[in-house]
Amino acid sequence: MVSVENISKTYNNGEVLAVDQVSFSVEKGELFGLIGPDGAGKTSIFRMLTSLLLPDEGIAKVNGLDIVHEYKGIREQVGYMPGKFSLYQDMSVEENLNFFAAIFNTTVEENYELIKDIYIQLEPFKKRRAGKLSGGMKQKLALCCALIHKPTVLFLDEPTTGVDTVSRKEFWHMLQRLKNQGITILVSTPYMDEATLCERIALMQMGKILSIDTPQNIINQYPMDLVAVKSRTMSILLKDLRSFTGTHSCNAFGEFHHLTFNGENTQQMIGELKEYLLSKNHEEVQIEITKPTVEDCFIHLMHKQNES
Amino acid sequence: MNPEVVISTNKLTKRFGNFVATDSITFDVYKGEIFGFLGANGAGKTTAMRMLCGLSIPSSGEATIAGFDIYKQTEEIKKNIGYMSQKFSLYEDLTVLDNIRFFGGIYGLSNKEIKAKSEELIENLGLQEVAKKFVGSLPLGWKQKLAFSVAVFHDPKIVFLDEPTGGVDPVTRRQFWDLIYEAADRGITIFVTTHYMDEAEYCNRVSMMVDGEIKALDSPKKLKTQFNASSMDDVFYQLARGAQRSD
Repeated sequence: MVSVENISKTYNNGEVLAVDQVSFSVEKGELFGLIGPDGAGKTSIFRMLTSLLLPDEGIAKVNGLDIVHEYKGIREQVGYMPGKFSLYQDMSVEENLNFFAAIFNTTVEENYELIKDIYIQLEPFKKRRAGKLSGGMKQKLALCCALIHKPTVLFLDEPTTGVDTVSRKEFWHMLQRLKNQGITILVSTPYMDEATLCERIALMQMGKILSIDTPQNIINQYPMDLVAVKSRTMSILLKDLRSFTGTHSCNAFGEFHHLTFNGENTQQMIGELKEYLLSKNHEEVQIEITKPTVEDCFIHLMHKQNES
Repeated sequence: MNPEVVISTNKLTKRFGNFVATDSITFDVYKGEIFGFLGANGAGKTTAMRMLCGLSIPSSGEATIAGFDIYKQTEEIKKNIGYMSQKFSLYEDLTVLDNIRFFGGIYGLSNKEIKAKSEELIENLGLQEVAKKFVGSLPLGWKQKLAFSVAVFHDPKIVFLDEPTGGVDPVTRRQFWDLIYEAADRGITIFVTTHYMDEAEYCNRVSMMVDGEIKALDSPKKLKTQFNASSMDDVFYQLARGAQRSD
C-alpha cells in the first residue's frame, strides 16, 4: 500500500537533515507506527507521503501512485490528520464535515457508516464552532474529516500527543475499529507505550530508522538480560547502581530501575549486586529479571547508533 | 521535625462565570519535595498552576506560595519561583549565553553572579561548544535541559514545570529527571505536570485532579495500594475514567 525507498529531506538549503535515507513498506490493512521523539522526522515523512512536501531524494509510492508525479491521485485517496489542528475554527462541526465531504465530491450520508461511532459523540455539539471545541472533541472531528471521503490509507500525525491516558486509550480503540474495516493506517507517536498497539513499528531517531519490525520481534531482539531493581530510596539507588562495577547500563523506569550487566552470567551478577547494595545500606532491595519494553529497546538502539 | 511548607492552599477556587475551573482544592507541598500535579485534560490543572504562580487571582479560598499571599503578594511570588513549560521556555533567536544572561538579569542577579554561574551551568550541561549558538538551532532535548537550568538559575524556592518532557527522547527524558533530582536535593521544591505515567513514579507525592477537584493525593506507592492498582497509569485511569469534563 505504501512503499518508501531511500527518501531523504533537508531544510534550510541542506543545513538540516530531517529524513535520512529512509525505506519501509506498509501492507494493505496494516496498522503501522512511526515511533520517535520530536525531530525524528515523522512529520516530514507524512508530509512527503501525502504529497505536501517534495523529497530531496528517493522514491515513494502510495497505492501504487508516485508521490511526486501522481500527487493528484494520492490526494483523492488518502486521509491526513496533521499534528496541529487544521480545520476551519470559525465553521461549525457540521459545516466542517460537509465542507470536506464536498471537496471530495461526496456527502456525509454516503460514508456515514465509517464515521458513525466517532460522530455520535460529536453530534450534541454539531452547531458549535470547531474553534470552541475541547481538545478531545477537536481530535475526533479532525479524524471524521480525514475519513469522510473513505480513504484507503489514513495518515495520523501524533494524534495522541498531549492527550491524557483515558482519551489515548479511547483513541486507540477507534483506530482498531477502523483497521477492522480494512483501512491501512500509518500513525506516529512519541509515546513508546503505544508502540505495542501497532502491528509493526519503525523506531525513529534524528531522521533515521533504528529498527523496523513487529513490537514483539523488536523486544525479542534485545540482546541482554534485563533486571529490574528497587529499594526504599530510589534516587540514591540510581546513583549507586551506576557506580556498580558490573553495570553496563542503568535507567530509571517508573517504579523500578532497569539494569544490564557487563558479565555474561546474570545470576552471578545479581548475587554480587545484592551484596553491593547491602554494603551501601539499601533496604527492601528487590532484584528480578524482567522483560524489556519497547522503550528499553529504543534506548539500547539509540546508544548503539551514537557509538557507531 | 516538621518539614517546611512552601505551598499551602485552602479551598482554593477559580470560577469563570458559572464554570468552576478549580474547585476548592486544599493541599500542602514541602520544601525539597517533588510534587506531581496530575489530572485529565480539562481537569483544571493549568488554571490552578496560574493561580499558584501569581498570574491569576482566585475567586475564593486562600493560599501562600513561598510564604507570600496569593492575592496581595503576587510580585513577590513571581520573584521566588521558576517556571518552564514545553511551549514556552527560552528565546530561540538569542544565543544560549544571552538567554542565561537575560533571565539572570530579569531575576535581579548581578553581572558578576551571572558570569560565574553561567560558566558553571554551561560546563555542567556540556554546552561549551554551542554557548554562542542560537537556542533555536539546538535539539529539543538540549533546549529543555537548558530551559530547566535557566528556570532554577536564581535558586527559586519552587519551580513549576508544565509538561517539561513532552516529545523528548527517552534518554534525554531521564537526564532531565536527573536535573530535577539535583535541584530537589538542593532544597528547591519541584511542582511538575506530566502525561508520562512512569514519571509519576519519580515524584515523592502525586495529586490527581478530576473535574476541578483533587480526587487523590499520596505517594505513588500508597496510591497504588489504595486503588488496588498495578501501576500509576491504572490509578489514573480509574480516577479519570468517570470525568465529566474533558479538554
